[in-house]
Amino acid sequence: MRCLICHEEIIPKITWANFWNVPEKEILCIVCESQFQPLKPGCVLCFREGENGVCEDCQWWERNHPGLLAKNTSVFQYNEFAKDFVARWKYRGDYILLEALQWHVVEHFSRMRNSDCIIAPIPLSEERFSERGFNQSEAIICLLNRRSQSLFERRNSEKQSKKGRYARITSNNPFKLTHPVHQPVILVDDIYTTGTTVRHAASLLKQAGCPAVTSFTIFR
Amino acid sequence: MLHTLRTYFSSDFDWLPGLDTPHYYPQLAGKLLLHCEIPLDEPHLMTALSQNVLIKVPGLDHHFWGFRCRRCGNKEQHLFAEIPHAICGKDCVYCRSCIQMGRVMECESLYFGSSNVSWPRLENPCAWKGKLTFSQQKAADEIRNVIQLGKGEKLIWAVCGAGKTEMLFPGLTEAFTSGKRVCLATPRTDVVRELLPRLKSAFPNVEMEALYGDSPNKKGAAQFLIATTHQLLRFAHAFDVMIIDEIDAFPFHQDPALHYASKRAAKTESSLIYLTATPRKAQHKRIRNKTLPVVFIPTRFHGHPLPVPQLKLTPNLFHHLKRGKIPPSLLEKIKQQQQSHRQLLIFMPSVKQADQIAEYLRKWKMVVESVHAEDPKRADKVMAFRKKHYPILVTTTILERGVTFPSVDVYVVDAGHSVFDEAALVQIAGRAGRSPDDPYGDVIFFHTGKTNPLLDARESIMKMNRLGEKL
Ligand SMILES: [Zn+2]
Ligand SMILES: [Zn+2]
Ligand SMILES: [Zn+2]
Ligand SMILES: [Zn+2]
Repeated sequence: MRCLICHEEIIPKITWANFWNVPEKEILCIVCESQFQPLKPGCVLCFREGENGVCEDCQWWERNHPGLLAKNTSVFQYNEFAKDFVARWKYRGDYILLEALQWHVVEHFSRMRNSDCIIAPIPLSEERFSERGFNQSEAIICLLNRRSQSLFERRNSEKQSKKGRYARITSNNPFKLTHPVHQPVILVDDIYTTGTTVRHAASLLKQAGCPAVTSFTIFR
Repeated sequence: MLHTLRTYFSSDFDWLPGLDTPHYYPQLAGKLLLHCEIPLDEPHLMTALSQNVLIKVPGLDHHFWGFRCRRCGNKEQHLFAEIPHAICGKDCVYCRSCIQMGRVMECESLYFGSSNVSWPRLENPCAWKGKLTFSQQKAADEIRNVIQLGKGEKLIWAVCGAGKTEMLFPGLTEAFTSGKRVCLATPRTDVVRELLPRLKSAFPNVEMEALYGDSPNKKGAAQFLIATTHQLLRFAHAFDVMIIDEIDAFPFHQDPALHYASKRAAKTESSLIYLTATPRKAQHKRIRNKTLPVVFIPTRFHGHPLPVPQLKLTPNLFHHLKRGKIPPSLLEKIKQQQQSHRQLLIFMPSVKQADQIAEYLRKWKMVVESVHAEDPKRADKVMAFRKKHYPILVTTTILERGVTFPSVDVYVVDAGHSVFDEAALVQIAGRAGRSPDDPYGDVIFFHTGKTNPLLDARESIMKMNRLGEKL
């Protein structure tokens, strides 16, 4: 077996204890595995590391747009290694790479309330979608082995990341709700940066009478 | 069956259509591109396709034994994967091996551009007024002959400091006067950056372009390209003359994709020139079998012999290295060396050790810098050392090639370590005595027991010197 990220040969750990049971298929080598940093406890609402209680950002949101997002759950730090990983997986399109994180992602997702929830992806612009050939949110939902139900469309393809933070928060909503629902919803995306994207989507759901919206991202 | 087996072991390029449409798009000439890389808008692309300037070919080959990527030659099945492809609505196979340059898929095409562009024929393109030494001239003549003939291979086996670049000038002159397209490929970005200004001043009227990972220009539309070997993944049957520098260097030596791509980038009839100071087994074998014609230049351009490394047994080396120190005998040697007019280049097996030893020497009031591959200040530190702003530079094998300092002594600490193979040691020793003003320099390999690479490196340097004397 070779490491999914660096392609180095992984020597399986066969001991007397697991001699009769074939050891679990290892996907990552120890070096690559150790580069992903699990998030330490932090803000109770958004998983920001090193915070006690509710972080300043979340306080700002609650003051100005209360109750949009009940909670965000994330798995790993968005460190340099994760940035390279995302670049190769999402932008270059090395689709299979995500399997490297399956175990951790499924494990964290299962800790959320999710059985009665609709799991919705964040849509990509038409252009990005046909360029990459897949939607990153849907890839994550597929990894979780759950059904993805798309509820939104993109309005325009303006680049979010090029704007300042204030502009991003107050800018027009890039999404359009296509399927109003009355069940709790989990929004799934790859990265939570300022939380604006998921709150834009959440605000549309709430307006249409959705009881609760949470989000799940791999990186934070 | 035999045919299918052959498809696995040989990498021929039968799948490239014999395309010879004359055209005026130099940016498409001899290219093999993904759809998103084509420098044309959709209507122009349609025109180019209808005029047979570009032809679509499938990106992956499907044989009974598995897939092969036509762009990088990958046939390791674990480096192919599937993606639920939104465009096709089914699972499609893609190549993971070359994905850093964009994704090649079974359901998508590569676009191959006709290389039939007429390149300028220049009169007297060479502005270099220097004079070649006797050995340089001999090699230069042979290179020019291969280029004039328009086909064949030639290995230039020239010691470090032989002046390889200048030897190419007569051949390049021949190529540009007869309207040929040339690529000089090298495994290292540093070398591309260093060569470009030198070649520009030697051939001021030749259209020239440097191509590497983050080069400002990526058009690849010039008559003369100076490129990293990786960039050749985007070329097919493009060049009349292909010069590959340092064919023994990592990563070229290790990466089959680079061999595949450089073979494909040359036209079916083309002149291939390989440059090396330290041939590897594969080349030695071809030299012995007489299937690879070779010119051998055992002397440096200044005519002085190569410094022969001294082997110094240092039994307590590991004991001190483990503690981030060096043995007192070595420290004394360095202090003594610092009394001379030369700078000192110290090679360590690892980045960690390089940093530790630099720190340790600083405790003894020496002015020291350490540099490694990922160091953001690498270029500045190297430049400052070259300008003699400080006396000691501690480094790893990254500085084994390409870089020249006028007057240095070279110490290799723990020279028996496996990172220092024969080629690396010969290259490292070749850093000393580069300048005609100071053609000597001490090269010392500090070791804990003689290893084969140590002895082989010294033997091969002494052999060069013996051969050089006979001239
Ligand atoms: Zn790995
Ligand atoms: Zn928060
Ligand atoms: Zn497809
Ligand atoms: Zn490939």
